[in-house]
Amino acid sequence: MTINRRLFIGTAAAASATLAAPMVLADGHAEPRVVVIGGGAGGATAARYIAKDSKGAVDVTLVEPTRTYFTCFFSNLYLGGIKQMDDLGHSYGGLAAAGVNVVHDWAVDVDRDAKTVSLAGGATLGYDKLILSPGIDFVDNAVAGWDLNAQNAMPHAYKGGSQTELLKAQLMAMPEGGTFAMVAPPNPYRCPPGPYERVSMVAHYLKANNPTAKIIVADPKPKFSKMALFQEGWADHYEGMIDWIGEDFGGGNVSVDPSGMTLSIDDEETKVDVCNVIPAMKAGRIAQIAGVTDGNWAPVNAADMSTKADADVYVLGDASQQGDMPKSGFAANSQAKVCANAVRGALTGSKVFPAKFANTCWSLIDTNDGVKVGATYEATDEKIAKVDGFISTTGESAEVRQTTYEESEGWYAGITADMFGAKV
Amino acid sequence: MKSIKWFSLSVAVSVFVTGAAAEVVGDPERGQQVYKKCASCHMVGPEARNRVGPVLNNILSARAAGVPEFKYSEAIKEAAQDGLHWTAETLDAFLQDPKQMVPRTKMSFRGLKSEEDRIDVIAYLASFSGGAMAAQVDEGFVISADILAIEGDVEYGEYLSSECTTCHQESGSDDGIPAIVGWETDDFVTAMHAYKQKNREHPVMQMVTSRLSNEEIAALAAYFKSLEN
Repeated sequence: MTINRRLFIGTAAAASATLAAPMVLADGHAEPRVVVIGGGAGGATAARYIAKDSKGAVDVTLVEPTRTYFTCFFSNLYLGGIKQMDDLGHSYGGLAAAGVNVVHDWAVDVDRDAKTVSLAGGATLGYDKLILSPGIDFVDNAVAGWDLNAQNAMPHAYKGGSQTELLKAQLMAMPEGGTFAMVAPPNPYRCPPGPYERVSMVAHYLKANNPTAKIIVADPKPKFSKMALFQEGWADHYEGMIDWIGEDFGGGNVSVDPSGMTLSIDDEETKVDVCNVIPAMKAGRIAQIAGVTDGNWAPVNAADMSTKADADVYVLGDASQQGDMPKSGFAANSQAKVCANAVRGALTGSKVFPAKFANTCWSLIDTNDGVKVGATYEATDEKIAKVDGFISTTGESAEVRQTTYEESEGWYAGITADMFGAKV
Repeated sequence: MKSIKWFSLSVAVSVFVTGAAAEVVGDPERGQQVYKKCASCHMVGPEARNRVGPVLNNILSARAAGVPEFKYSEAIKEAAQDGLHWTAETLDAFLQDPKQMVPRTKMSFRGLKSEEDRIDVIAYLASFSGGAMAAQVDEGFVISADILAIEGDVEYGEYLSSECTTCHQESGSDDGIPAIVGWETDDFVTAMHAYKQKNREHPVMQMVTSRLSNEEIAALAAYFKSLEN
């Protein structure tokens, strides 16, 4: 009986794949054109899958300013000294090999009526479908005393690359017994466990190099992702080093002075040596310029990641407001594959299968002490809705934690190959 | 006769399939005794590190010459570049006579002449290979012949596979998450159902498989098998 029921569901799901009639192209150009803005976990994956699966039938252009992409995921492991910066850098050669036209430029404007994207270098790109995967920007005046001009004195290090290197340099230059402060962000933000993995990796570095140093975390939230796992790990590995001040203790009432290097929590001022300010976030700027945002984020339809504002404009990853998925590289990669399947179907008439999403986030607490949280999701009319999930538990054996960490390394190799193509 | 055919998965999971002829598989406990011949040069297990020879964790389905920081011979590196992966079959051939399979390999070992020894030591090594490979299912775990007989839709499998390739590499590389390319479809289907029925441990795999139908599992098996070449 069970088998019959499953057979039925399976057949129904496969049968609900639809063959779309190919879209009629605006000005009669030969091949349908897709422009993807942003070459991270969402954009690079979408560009590669559309180019790879359409086998030349779709003209795919990826607009990404940097020539080497440094992942934000695993950047905390660089802070902890476990990974090198080179381990986190990826070129776009594999995308070009897959048939993607990679343009290293900034997208500065989108004209949704004319269906064009303007680049800082002066070029204009026409599109039939536009995919935006711009990641995050920071909300103005989110932390009193901090703006982007202060990002050298008080780095956010929440975009991979130079900011991460700056924070690492400041961590290494801390005086003996000094204070590392973090201002954690309010929900929703990129990588929910990220700030707390960072605290762990900073503590890991300090324990070996500056063991009398202290870490203060000012947090506007009363609780955070994997909280019990992190707090157990902090007590086990870094006892007495980390002072987490949550919302209930004034962690949300914060101001900073980047010139004087002070942090004020609930009107109590502290002199700090490093101050990692991670402000409230919003969709990357081009999503706002394109006019597909509502408030800080871009609302999308769960079935294909098209925006509520424009059926020919899609938003992936952190910038999207989709429902239950966390903002993570894994989630963006998952959404990109659903989007790529739908976009290709709309442009070429290829089969469109039902949307399915998944996410897993690994965090490292100390050497070989890895934890993870994950869930599966489906598309409903309202949102991307959670189906099922799991989380590591406190008190797991060292073997389980090591296996989890090794798995995260395998995932890093896997997702970066999925984004950029296999390393040659 | 012990059979090599079923090896890649069945050594690890001792699968018994109803309707299929009983297969005799490797005995990892006996393999541990055989492994003593290897242990003067190779380590395996959680504390293993490279010695005269590389660590043998995750050896099954790994690309040859793939252990970081080990200085391999040019010969084995060239074989790896030509696509040599360690499967039960290739390991069996290598262990029978290393210098015949890879001339000028640094491995100074005359080989295991006994097929039984080779099968058992590979079964032992399989128990240290990857999350999936090392996972055990109960001996009584059964997949019906009906489920194994479902013909997978490769195109649907290709679409579904994008959920797998966030972690499992399409190229068949293994950097900490097992390779799943080129598996026999029966092995693949059995492993997926073992996760789905919580007979095999791994929270991510149990979660992912819990919502895969029998047809979807068959489609994935057919697709990943098709990537073999």
